[in-house]
Amino acid sequence: MTDPTPAAPAPPTAGLAAPPVRRVLAQAGLETRTILRNGEQLLVTVVIPVLALVGLVRGTFVEIDTAGASRVDFLTPGLLALAVMTASFTSQAIATAFDRRNGVLRLMATTPLGRGGLLAGKVLGVLAVELVQVVLIGAVAALLGWRPDPAGVALALVGLVLGTGAFTALALVVAGTLRAEAVLALANLLLLVLALGGGVVVPAADLPAPVAAVATWLPSGALGDVLRGTLLDGTLPLVPALVLAAWTVGLGALAARVFRWH
Amino acid sequence: MPHSPAVEVRGLVKSYDGRTVVDGLDLTAEAGRVTAVLGPNGAGKTTTVECCEGLRSPDAGRVRVLGLDPVADGAALRPRVGVMLQDGGLPSGVRARDVLDHVARMYAHPASTDALADRLGLGAFARTTVRRLSGGQRQRLALAVAVVGRPRVVFLDEPSAGMDPQARLAVWDLVRELRDEGVAVILTTHLMEEAEDLADHVVVVDHGRVLAEGTVADLLAGARADDARPGAPGDPRTTLVVRTERPVDAADLRRALGDGLAVEQRSATSLAVTGAVGPRTLADVTAWLAAHDVLATRLDLGRRTLEDVFLDLTGRTLR
Repeated sequence: MTDPTPAAPAPPTAGLAAPPVRRVLAQAGLETRTILRNGEQLLVTVVIPVLALVGLVRGTFVEIDTAGASRVDFLTPGLLALAVMTASFTSQAIATAFDRRNGVLRLMATTPLGRGGLLAGKVLGVLAVELVQVVLIGAVAALLGWRPDPAGVALALVGLVLGTGAFTALALVVAGTLRAEAVLALANLLLLVLALGGGVVVPAADLPAPVAAVATWLPSGALGDVLRGTLLDGTLPLVPALVLAAWTVGLGALAARVFRWH
Repeated sequence: MPHSPAVEVRGLVKSYDGRTVVDGLDLTAEAGRVTAVLGPNGAGKTTTVECCEGLRSPDAGRVRVLGLDPVADGAALRPRVGVMLQDGGLPSGVRARDVLDHVARMYAHPASTDALADRLGLGAFARTTVRRLSGGQRQRLALAVAVVGRPRVVFLDEPSAGMDPQARLAVWDLVRELRDEGVAVILTTHLMEEAEDLADHVVVVDHGRVLAEGTVADLLAGARADDARPGAPGDPRTTLVVRTERPVDAADLRRALGDGLAVEQRSATSLAVTGAVGPRTLADVTAWLAAHDVLATRLDLGRRTLEDVFLDLTGRTLR
């Protein structure tokens, strides 16, 4: 028996989008490869955090009060926090700002990927870069004798995800409102300021009093405290976790309001 | 089902910070035709196509592409619409061929990227990152990206900008092929040659409004309202452009030529004779030049070009 409906048109194959998951994964893959292939981005996201870890653990030129913990156990969580900030904030702000200036955001928004898919791809790309960072920093730290509290590893992931959310949102706020050259300068400057005085590597509590009062409430200080609390003691410190969650929600809402695609 | 055009824009208005860029614009583009939106810089061409692409929301008016609202029905429309932006929109740190392959992955049934790369000569710079490409190479890659999803409607914003003549011909060939396959092609341009060679339908735009539209032949035939139309119906309206080695007196030539012809001084050494230019006119002009001992460096005899129409409509002053 042949087809009972003759002259039925052939199924149209043109004009169909690839499945959403495939589109977003393709975009995430492109974002990840672009960052890891770019020399400056690789330097900021991977090389500097690893060198800082080795230098601070092995070097004796910086006096650090580790509160009884080994130097590597005390410093590794802070350097993971710093790495998260380089990938989700500095690197993402610069990449998005130049993509915005070059019209890449607009072009991809006209493909089946759309604006939502583009954002999802960017966030997944950041997480993929962070996976590379965590594996590398974790491996180097382990060689240096790092033994994180096993009970805290899963809790540390909560901090990692919240921190990624807050700093990616901040990256979008900056990249979606300022000129690309201004973003390039600001993203690097802000990273340096937060790294030194933001309670990331050195806990806010150990900073000079006026700086400490501010750093405790910054997303950088909160992220550092969450990662130290979980990986050193195996517990999620409630106040820093809430502070970080509040920044994630607040910066996310701000990014949604102020981000300009053009 | 009633016939509906591929692109239908009615009364489009768009302002930026209180400055009206598009001011009640109408545009219709049919499937299987190349529609050129022709206008000077700042005429509102790019804003108009960006509203059709769903990149901007109109302040007023109605935009439909394949019967759908580009903003509200974006997800359904995007797989069927190809876009080439004026500023490229290609990621600068990615290799040319990787950009094309990446965008192809967004579609369920993309065109063959190998065939497309071959067709537009992308092979020579396939492994070069976008930031190192020349302007023409970027344009070719951007065109490939626009058509890789086998769209039914393609928007090309200034597609030939920065291209060498060979690349331009390859692009024009591809545009004609898309049209022959039934794709609606909408291109913006300020290149007369492009509109004249490529477009089935030309829409002349300035200050956010449509000044004239029709086929190239329609536009060439439509004389300025304040010009007397010379000769019988069907008489080609012609222009004789005379360039001379030194300045001559246009008014004197005008008197020598008699009625039915106008002489316009275009520059110190360039005159345009318009009207019923015939064999006699050419002899008269050269005789007049001989009498004044002036050598013509160039004589261009032809119909009005689209450029003449365009300049008549949009004005000759720089802005």
